[in-house]
Amino acid sequence: MSKKVGIPRGMFYFDYYFLWRNFFNNLDVDVVISPKTNKDILNRGIELCVDEACLPIKIYHGHVDYLKDRVDYIFIPRIKSIHKKEYCCPKHIGLPDMIKHSIKDLPKVIDTEINLMKSDVNLKRSAIEIGKNLEVNSYKVLKALDKAIIEYKGFIDMLTSKIVPIDMLSKYRDLSFITNIKKEKYGRKILVLGHFYNVYDYYINKDLVDKLNKRGFDVVTVEMVDEKKSRGYASKLPKRMFWTHGQRIVGGAFSFIEEKSISGIIYVSAFGCGLDSVLIDLIERKAKEERVPFTLLTLDEQTGEAGINTRIEAFVDMIEWRNKDEIDISTYG
Amino acid sequence: MKLTFPHMGNVYIAGKAFFEELGHEVIPPPRSSSKTLEMGTKFAQETICLPLKIMIGNFIESIEKGADTILLTGSCGPCRYGYYSVLQKNVLWDLGYDVNFIVLDPVREGIDKLKKNVYTIFNANNVKDVVEAAKLGWQLIKKADYITDLSNKKRAYAINSYEVDLILDNYFKEIENTFGAKEMMDLMDSTIESLNKVKLKDNFTPIKIGIIGEIYTVIEPFVNLEIERKLGHMGVLVEKSLTPTIWVEHHIKCYPIGSKSERLKYKLAKPYMDTAIGGHGRETVGSAIYYARKGFDGAIQLLPLNCMPEIVAKSVLSHVSKDFEFPIMTLIIDEMTGEAGYLTRLEAFVDLLERKRRKAVNG
Repeated sequence: MSKKVGIPRGMFYFDYYFLWRNFFNNLDVDVVISPKTNKDILNRGIELCVDEACLPIKIYHGHVDYLKDRVDYIFIPRIKSIHKKEYCCPKHIGLPDMIKHSIKDLPKVIDTEINLMKSDVNLKRSAIEIGKNLEVNSYKVLKALDKAIIEYKGFIDMLTSKIVPIDMLSKYRDLSFITNIKKEKYGRKILVLGHFYNVYDYYINKDLVDKLNKRGFDVVTVEMVDEKKSRGYASKLPKRMFWTHGQRIVGGAFSFIEEKSISGIIYVSAFGCGLDSVLIDLIERKAKEERVPFTLLTLDEQTGEAGINTRIEAFVDMIEWRNKDEIDISTYG
Repeated sequence: MKLTFPHMGNVYIAGKAFFEELGHEVIPPPRSSSKTLEMGTKFAQETICLPLKIMIGNFIESIEKGADTILLTGSCGPCRYGYYSVLQKNVLWDLGYDVNFIVLDPVREGIDKLKKNVYTIFNANNVKDVVEAAKLGWQLIKKADYITDLSNKKRAYAINSYEVDLILDNYFKEIENTFGAKEMMDLMDSTIESLNKVKLKDNFTPIKIGIIGEIYTVIEPFVNLEIERKLGHMGVLVEKSLTPTIWVEHHIKCYPIGSKSERLKYKLAKPYMDTAIGGHGRETVGSAIYYARKGFDGAIQLLPLNCMPEIVAKSVLSHVSKDFEFPIMTLIIDEMTGEAGYLTRLEAFVDLLERKRRKAVNG
């Protein structure tokens, strides 16, 4: 019987699901994913996690709790840095520690450190270490990794070709559906900003994408901006942005704002998010300068859907009036 | 150039004398007060952590007194402190203040920039001048910390603990009238002398509590609502896990390997957290174990609301507390923290420790 590795559907799942799943499958290991976030998972998470953590971390605790009796291993890598000289959020780095000290009776946790601070070669080292946990030899691991990375690059290409990854991660399990998706339906775009795990978890953001689609707006996200381009924009900041997610979000947002290709920005942020408190300020200033409508949705476990609906409707109404009355034309002609 | 810097406990005492000695005009902000906090909360980004808000208040107060250059240490992640300078510049710009920022970023961000900044603020032309000046600064910081430490000790043992407060308040008042390192040193010496004259209780073993947590909250008395004084008056001996001396020793004097005491904390924290998570998360865990081993009665973790590294540390601390049978209380501080509730929690914690000790003695 092959081994079962559990991957909680939270945090970095949304960035790296395709990479991880293929990697483990190439090693002949079964991958078990926890179900989409639901009320039960949220409640479990709230109970287990320290009160001060942000919503996605709490939900992640719930996902781990769901998986713990169903698998032989749980994969919670310690993602310290995913780019040279850059960091992730301190809570990402301490995630395995938080889980291990908050949840009892866990199966073996694979908490290999992934640290590309100094060089990308460390990725291979981390992969070999993951393989050791699963008792697979390093030659096989490296081959599995190479293969998985090629497939993962396909995923990245798709993101930049303007497919909303939400569809990929929630509705489909592989990439073959690509031709069926219409890229742009409505011709008006709203940029939904925020961390992957807030933007792509339907439960956290209360179906934001669906709601915008219903009002006749396409949704774009920063992942659709080519990485090189977004880094170029991010380098305009007065100080080097030392979070990789910060680079992505700020760079992507700046490029959309400067190109004036969007009707508005909705920032989805979890209450207490440390990175967002910085990023929101930088982006909001820029949006104001370029006169792009901006709104912020702060979410926590108490957030009610009705309130969110009202805010989204008000924002969309405002954009529509703006277009109808043509008040966004510069008075300087 | 009229230099100012944000408050962080007693750092300004050393800073003022040090920069005056180097020939700068220094305008330290008035000691942080509720007015500082109010201004900071009003103008700073809403969801940012507490230290930034207080710093904004400090800056506004100094600028109104005439300062035009702000000195700040930098960092480059993963804690958001690294981005403070940019956010603060934005806030001050909104308010119409056009001031210079000198940010001392770590060496790996480019040595040339750091060198230039250090030379400007040290009024130096070569490395030798810098080293000479730094030695003086080091003496001042050590002495200022010694006074804080000594006062904490004396307060726990004193027959009338308010006598210690009186001496300290006087010392803080006198600081404003000094100029340069020599006058400051003299003032410090006389303060130490008066502290040593305070009458102490005989045969008294105080409860010992270690203060751990986020560096700014631990060091700055206004932010932690004078926790040292409050505990001191209850007859508790307080030791802080982080002081400016410890910081300088670890980050500058022993660069790049780090000081012995901090490395010990890393080692102690290892079974619970084996990598740095930014800020002082790992040190918090290490310090808790350090105090548990040293025979302290308990520890109090201080963290400003939403502090990312300390939240991780908090979830680990519950385990440490269980393993070592060592009570640890976490106090979360933000601009809404009320003094009465805070005091009640401190009293309850001290009561608990006293009862625990009695139980241990009586069996």
